[in-house]
Amino acid sequence: MSEATGRLVRLAEGDRAPLRFFLDGVARQALAGDTVLSAVLSVAPALRRSEFGPEARAGFCLMGACQDCWIWQEDGPRLRACSTPLVADMRLSSAAPGDWP
Amino acid sequence: MSRGDKPRVVVVGAGPAGVRAAETLVAGGLAPIVIDEGERAGGQIYRRPPQGFTRPPATLYGPEAAKAVALHATFDALATAGALVHHPRSSVIGVADGRLQLLEDSGARWVAYDSLILATGAMDRVMPVPGWENPGVYTLGAMQIALKAQGVALGRRLVLAGSGPLLTLLAAQLTKAGAQVAAVLDTSPMRRQLRGFAGLSARPLFAVRGLAMRLRLGRLYHAGVTLDRIEVDERGPVALLWRDGAGRKQRTPCDAVGLGWHLRAETRLADLAGCEFAYDETWRQWLPQADAMGRARPGVYLAGDGLRILGADGAQIAGRLAAAACLHDLGLPAPELAADKRRLARFSRFARGVAEAFPWPAEAARDLPDETVICRCEGVKAGELRGTVDFGGSEVNRAKSLGRVGMGRCQGRYCELAAAQIIAGCAGHDSVEAAGRLRAQAPVRPAPIAALLEDAADGS
Repeated sequence: MSEATGRLVRLAEGDRAPLRFFLDGVARQALAGDTVLSAVLSVAPALRRSEFGPEARAGFCLMGACQDCWIWQEDGPRLRACSTPLVADMRLSSAAPGDWP
Repeated sequence: MSRGDKPRVVVVGAGPAGVRAAETLVAGGLAPIVIDEGERAGGQIYRRPPQGFTRPPATLYGPEAAKAVALHATFDALATAGALVHHPRSSVIGVADGRLQLLEDSGARWVAYDSLILATGAMDRVMPVPGWENPGVYTLGAMQIALKAQGVALGRRLVLAGSGPLLTLLAAQLTKAGAQVAAVLDTSPMRRQLRGFAGLSARPLFAVRGLAMRLRLGRLYHAGVTLDRIEVDERGPVALLWRDGAGRKQRTPCDAVGLGWHLRAETRLADLAGCEFAYDETWRQWLPQADAMGRARPGVYLAGDGLRILGADGAQIAGRLAAAACLHDLGLPAPELAADKRRLARFSRFARGVAEAFPWPAEAARDLPDETVICRCEGVKAGELRGTVDFGGSEVNRAKSLGRVGMGRCQGRYCELAAAQIIAGCAGHDSVEAAGRLRAQAPVRPAPIAALLEDAADGS
């Protein structure tokens, strides 16, 4: 995914503790209490590419109904980013692992 | 009865309806199980940020803060006292033979019930706008959740479009929080909004509050617009192209678009539980059928926006009524709630006013260009959907089999209503009702195969 600044604008609750995570192998900083979606979109414009079209995806409903916000982990199952709390040192990936068909 | 001498009642959903249902059941002597997808009880409208966030309720919920705080306090007190069993972060993905299938972080499992109260709430009702599949296009509800639960705006320059109470409310909330809102575009013309006035006056405080918020938006707000297209680049929206009430073309630069036309009831579990459905002309959607108390079928009760979209206050009442009906049917003492029934009738008049004033522009779906994506999940376009109609796809379930609209991960939640309009238009149906309703399929949320296999291996 092309490198660019984040999509989100933090308007409040900014004095939380920093929390490190990895996106596509690069260490990034978010805040304790962020969802995976907030964390990723605070440093990147999208979560992953669409499997069915040329566009990237960045979530849609944020309430677990649309399933648009799935994101890969380097190890382990895909996560629904809008409803998964960020955990320190999570390793997230905007592209499918190499062995995924 | 499944265990001990007390009937086991399960409440699905811990929003306003679910919490008040649980409270009423506890008052009736039962210890309900409350299953909810959220981390903390409250639902979407009274959603709570994670622990450690510091904005006070007045900032989060505005004039509704006292109601939100009361609802949270009621639930937390019951949970702490052990009067109910709370399963947070838990999705009900199936209903069969008096049992619910749950999906949790630890896997899938089954829970038996004697009586079931479904308080599954609602989601944004959306109309496809060309370009809406791109990153940075969200529902209005998503933008409100982002602000409330995370303290963020989903873009630097937002355009909000659609119709309904949330459009104005969200614009006011975002502006107050410091977000930049570039335009608020209402597809409902002023004359149409006035037609709903008689109904809206059933709740004068809400009507006046909405009007005041609208006035403060000033020149950001435009009524009677037509949405043409979301202009995008690789990153997402660049501008929204629209026409004003006089038909003049407009272009508003932005990097995020919020879309929503009021709400659509979440009814998948009611369907799996065997409830009857009917097409409701007022709400322009299929809704489950129940009596005035929320009785849908023996042992199954519905409450809140998943039954009728009456908002949070109506949902609290509906939750109490459904629980009272449940207690009564179990032969237990049940509260009378006569005042609640009167208030619910008044809220219904208001809700009909809302539906009248801020309609879903259903017929507009029929004119969407062939290249417009209808199914966001799998990128199926309007032209492809139209192509299925000649091959027997004149009904939504047939069209789904032939063209995959409704087959994706959201299971049609965000495309079904527009797809039904397109099908009805192509097939020459007089009413969209003839295009039918997508049958719910378990699991109603995506579930990893491994969780289901482990569940089966457990032999439950």
